Amino acid sequence: MVGLEHYLTVAAALFVIGIFGIFLNRKNIIVILMSIELMLLAVNINLVAFSSYLNDLAGQVFTMFVLTVAAAEAAIGLAILVCFFRNRGTIDVESVNVMKG
Amino acid sequence: MIGADLITALPEVVLALYALAALMVGVYGGKDKLAEPILWATAGLMVLLALLVGSKGLAPVVAFNGMYLADAFAHFTKMIILISAAIVLVMGQSYLTARGLLRFEYPILIALAVVGMMLMVSSGDLILLYMGLELQSLALYVVATMNRDSSRSTEAGLKYYILGALASGLLLYGASLTYGYAGTTLFSGIISVISDEGMSLGLLMGLAFMLAGLAFKVSAVPFHMWTPDVYEGAPTPVTAFFATAPKVAAMALIARLVHEAFGVVPGDWSQIIAFLAVASMFLGAIAAIGQRNIKRLMAYSSISHMGFALVGLAAGTAQGVQGMLIYMAIYVTMNIGVFAFILMMERDGKPVLDILDLRQYAKAEPLRALALLVLMFSLAGVPPLVGFFGKFYVLWAAVNAGLTWLAVAGVIASVIGAFYYLRIVYYMYFGDEIEPLDHVRAPVQSTLLVASAAVMVLGVINLFGIEGAAELAAAALVR
Repeated sequence: MVGLEHYLTVAAALFVIGIFGIFLNRKNIIVILMSIELMLLAVNINLVAFSSYLNDLAGQVFTMFVLTVAAAEAAIGLAILVCFFRNRGTIDVESVNVMKG
Repeated sequence: MIGADLITALPEVVLALYALAALMVGVYGGKDKLAEPILWATAGLMVLLALLVGSKGLAPVVAFNGMYLADAFAHFTKMIILISAAIVLVMGQSYLTARGLLRFEYPILIALAVVGMMLMVSSGDLILLYMGLELQSLALYVVATMNRDSSRSTEAGLKYYILGALASGLLLYGASLTYGYAGTTLFSGIISVISDEGMSLGLLMGLAFMLAGLAFKVSAVPFHMWTPDVYEGAPTPVTAFFATAPKVAAMALIARLVHEAFGVVPGDWSQIIAFLAVASMFLGAIAAIGQRNIKRLMAYSSISHMGFALVGLAAGTAQGVQGMLIYMAIYVTMNIGVFAFILMMERDGKPVLDILDLRQYAKAEPLRALALLVLMFSLAGVPPLVGFFGKFYVLWAAVNAGLTWLAVAGVIASVIGAFYYLRIVYYMYFGDEIEPLDHVRAPVQSTLLVASAAVMVLGVINLFGIEGAAELAAAALVR
């Protein structure tokens, strides 16, 4: 029987993978955008699992909002990345270094 | 029913509809030729809405089944947000026009960010909290990148976006845990669950994650890494905006969350906030010493100031919230003055940001130098200027709440921080002779600079009555 704790474990694992994807990835900024999506989807699993467990719809409504915002966020992230690429000609994580200190 | 709710939320509805209409006018009208009229219309509308919000009664109104709260606390912070956003819009107009950066989207994005901030301070539900925060953040990511041909501006936008999205994720994870363990997303529901069944581990985790996400938005240590880079890279009028309204909104949101949803267990969150406060005050004070770029310096200064405002929240009392509100109002006024000055720093028509370029500034511009001197002393918290009273209120609240060690740490941090503020004054009056900065004719900026300095001096009489208003606002939140 798959219970609430299984869903929470999967969501926590995905969330942590997302965070590590942001910090450990040294190559490509696109991978960071994917990691951000992963974090938000982990939250959605959490919300839907709780919603089903509690027999309460609010969690699923919340999930719909999160999905919408995640789409808008990805669009803005890619737009910023395009501007960045036009200026620098690269999207390496190492290249984000004009300002320091 | 829904009609009455919409009337309660009228300021947000009007501003959101205005932003959508202005976007259509901009796209199908004259594009960037219309940027200036749209900017002035946006600023004017914001001032009108501030008057509308200010004219509302003190009785708290709950709309949308508890999701939207219109009380004195929301009204007080909304007035600060709307007025400061309008001033910053007007203040940056000539700078942006001169550099060809004034696009018609700029005032519209600022208006949308302000709608998000107004929803944040009015939220009584985790969903509205998240939606308001994201509306604000998404608009701000775009304005940070507004100078899209500059590698600094795009890099600032990219850093802000990545770390901002990470913070939103943390906040959202905390919100999902809170929802799961409380069974509701309403703040009023969460607090009744806690007072009935006590604080479960899941709720504690949820609270910690949400505070981490919000600490990013107020740039409290250890979530401050983005602040100096974004302040430096973004165009100066945008930086001025970042330093004012969003900080007030996020700080108010923290106060709203901890008191409305977790108010019965102050011990659990005041420790976290006290840690954030101490770390921010000291890091802001120490890291700014090595900075020569005045925008980076103001970034560290704002980190330190957020630490002081958090001291008020860590007290966990109505007096602490009152102190935080007074502090934020004073902080915003000082920052508007300082950024009005930074907008006027030019040599040969190009903006300069190095504080060494201010040497002997007082000889060429005695009035502006004097105004900046007053603002720097006020930022440092030197009595008897108004900035001192802001620090006094939060530290006094901490002492009354039994957090004497926190108040002592605050005093030490403010003494360390005074060094870099006073160094700017030293350069202006006693630095070596160098090629002077341009004399910039900027009536709006110089008026704001002098007015802000005058407020810092004249406000010592009665703080313009803000003390009483903040007390009413705090009483609406802490019951």
